[in-house]
Amino acid sequence: MPNMDPKKCPMPVQEPDVRNKNFSEVALGYTYDMAVNEAKRCLHCKNHPCVDGCPVGIDIPGFIAKVAQEDLEGAYEILSASSALPAVCGRVCPQENQCEGKCIRGIKAEPVGIGRLERFVADWHRQHTSEQPKMPAPNGHKVAVIGSGPSGLTAAGDLAKMGYKVTVYEALHTPGGVLVYGIPEFRLPKDIVRQEIDGLKAIGVDIETDVVIGKTITVDELFEMGNEAVFIGSGAGLPRFMNIPGESLNGVYSANEFLTRINLMKAYLPGAKTPIQHAKRVAVVGGGNVAMDAARCAKRLGAEEVYIVYRRGMEELPARKEEVEHAEEEGIIFKTLSNPTEILGDDKGYVSGIVCQEMELGEPDASGRRRPVAKEGCTFTLDVDSVIMSIGTSPNPLIRSTTPGLEANSHGCLITKGEDGETTRQGVYAGGDAVTGAATVILAMGAGKHAAKAIDAYIRGKSQG
Amino acid sequence: MFKILEKQALNPTVTKMVIDAPLVARKAEPGQFIIYRASEDGERVPLTIADFDREKGTVTIIFQIVGGSTMELNALNAGDSLVDFVGPLGTPSKLEGLKKVAVVGGGVGCAIAYPVAKKLHQLGAEVHSVVGFRSKDLVILEQEFEAVSDRVEKMSDDGTWGDKGVVTAALEKLIKEGNQYDEVIAIGPLIMMKFVCQLTKQYGIKTTVSMNPIMIDGTGMCGGCRLTVGGKTKFACVDGPDFDGHQVDFDEAMHRGSMYRGFEARAREAECELLKKEVQ
Repeated sequence: MPNMDPKKCPMPVQEPDVRNKNFSEVALGYTYDMAVNEAKRCLHCKNHPCVDGCPVGIDIPGFIAKVAQEDLEGAYEILSASSALPAVCGRVCPQENQCEGKCIRGIKAEPVGIGRLERFVADWHRQHTSEQPKMPAPNGHKVAVIGSGPSGLTAAGDLAKMGYKVTVYEALHTPGGVLVYGIPEFRLPKDIVRQEIDGLKAIGVDIETDVVIGKTITVDELFEMGNEAVFIGSGAGLPRFMNIPGESLNGVYSANEFLTRINLMKAYLPGAKTPIQHAKRVAVVGGGNVAMDAARCAKRLGAEEVYIVYRRGMEELPARKEEVEHAEEEGIIFKTLSNPTEILGDDKGYVSGIVCQEMELGEPDASGRRRPVAKEGCTFTLDVDSVIMSIGTSPNPLIRSTTPGLEANSHGCLITKGEDGETTRQGVYAGGDAVTGAATVILAMGAGKHAAKAIDAYIRGKSQG
Repeated sequence: MFKILEKQALNPTVTKMVIDAPLVARKAEPGQFIIYRASEDGERVPLTIADFDREKGTVTIIFQIVGGSTMELNALNAGDSLVDFVGPLGTPSKLEGLKKVAVVGGGVGCAIAYPVAKKLHQLGAEVHSVVGFRSKDLVILEQEFEAVSDRVEKMSDDGTWGDKGVVTAALEKLIKEGNQYDEVIAIGPLIMMKFVCQLTKQYGIKTTVSMNPIMIDGTGMCGGCRLTVGGKTKFACVDGPDFDGHQVDFDEAMHRGSMYRGFEARAREAECELLKKEVQ
């Protein structure tokens, strides 16, 4: 008999007033009993719409059935057949717009907690299995992967499993890309990322850190080194600013800089060698996941008041629902329908406030969201000593500007044909934010997966032809 | 890991290190920089490349001991290794086609000005170097500048080396003597570069400066190194570090550079304490 409870089993979490002072993981994960019970909420409906909602096409009812039968290793095998990073996706996917958004239990009540189950199975496997994955038989072909974020790691893992000798090049000193520099410890513990990467090394993937492709080595040289194909998964790392007065004052950060100091450089730890401003009052501009992460980090660094300043309404916030809820619980103040027009500074050049224009929602724009329009004459000032700009990022031009034949669109995103990730340069494939502009971990993983298949087909075709 | 092959104290606060970094050496050009981390929990610190040897696969860095992270670097010796050394980053200096250039270096900035003077000399340009230090004890690269310059003007704040005074005085003297420079290249403290630019603007001489702001990744990702140049925001790590000095907002760059001064002072003390303990 399925469990007909209309609600998902709630996720155990650290109390808001406790967790907003530490960097430990917020969500503690299901217990064994919770997981088995939640798995029984799946009706195993005929059309399993959840699978269509998953960018990597995980056999969701299949793995959930295994959890209900308490065969957790079996559940993990199903997950890992489709996803290279289940412990990561279970934590950071926007499930409400994907698998869970399509779950038929969600029509009348709450959908099955698919993300929470995915996380449980991946964590269980990590804690209970010491078996090293088998080294695949080499096929004698070499492929280079640029960037060790979600798309690069997925492409590298899939190619290595097919027998390719894969080298991943990472510009920073630690592999993981946005999983390491962007997403904070309290949402995605870095130990998990490290273990996922160790898993790739165990199947023969080489990871070269401190190599900036386009500077240290060019794409042309990667081919000269014997690679038959190159996958570009270099992400969207270039921060945008608003170009309003005061953005060069001390205390104005891009979300990238603020989060990199905290997550990659561990500036929040006592005795850290990388500095960060411990501001008392902080305005984070933007409404996405990155804005939520920055706001919650600022709170954890000891800020008394942290504002999210967003030009549309609460309904339009692009962040994952859970992140918005968690942020609200932690005391983040939402100033929606507010658009910054100027950052004020004191006589020493430090931020002292931010002037905002009140907005109201007009007609829907091209994105389908209602367009914010300025309310004539209505402005207000927030007294803050730090402003974090989290209004998006665009792809880094370093690779495209040093690779002849590689074309990008007007936004700097690499042009690819279809979902295979084939670029305008033969043998070069791309995926993730480098192609789409800033998007999600799971979409990048999906792109890495498709590109790995396409690269395999390309190299096979080439060696036969 | 990147092995330190040589270490030499150039003066009490400035150290030269030769690092085994073949991939960086293969591509390095004057004007570019590297980022190092001295230890696993170390800060990422940018340093402009002082020299390189493609055949030996080495890169030379020259740094002033100013904060915790440069003290940590200076505590390492030949035979030790840096955990990270990435580059070459930034855009190389554009030196081709210049016939007559004044290269102005101030303090440890001379370490960056020297490879520029050397490359210009190799390209056949007439090089007039103007180098300044606070006093005689702090002089670095004197012979090196002599070797690649057609003329060297030496200045010190206290008059213990060369003429007493600032580099701008010597530069103005050269200009007034009738030297027609295609370009002035100034590398040193922000305040020095600011005054050089004020001077050369009066004479209408194109002036390039090398900026060294606070940054983390060095690839355009953090935006911490942003500067206002000609009214537009530029990232020193990818758009520079060389910029048209007449367009740079130096006052803004100076206050941005002071962002973590308090932290730096505390880090320096902490590192001193640590070193004292190690000595005991």
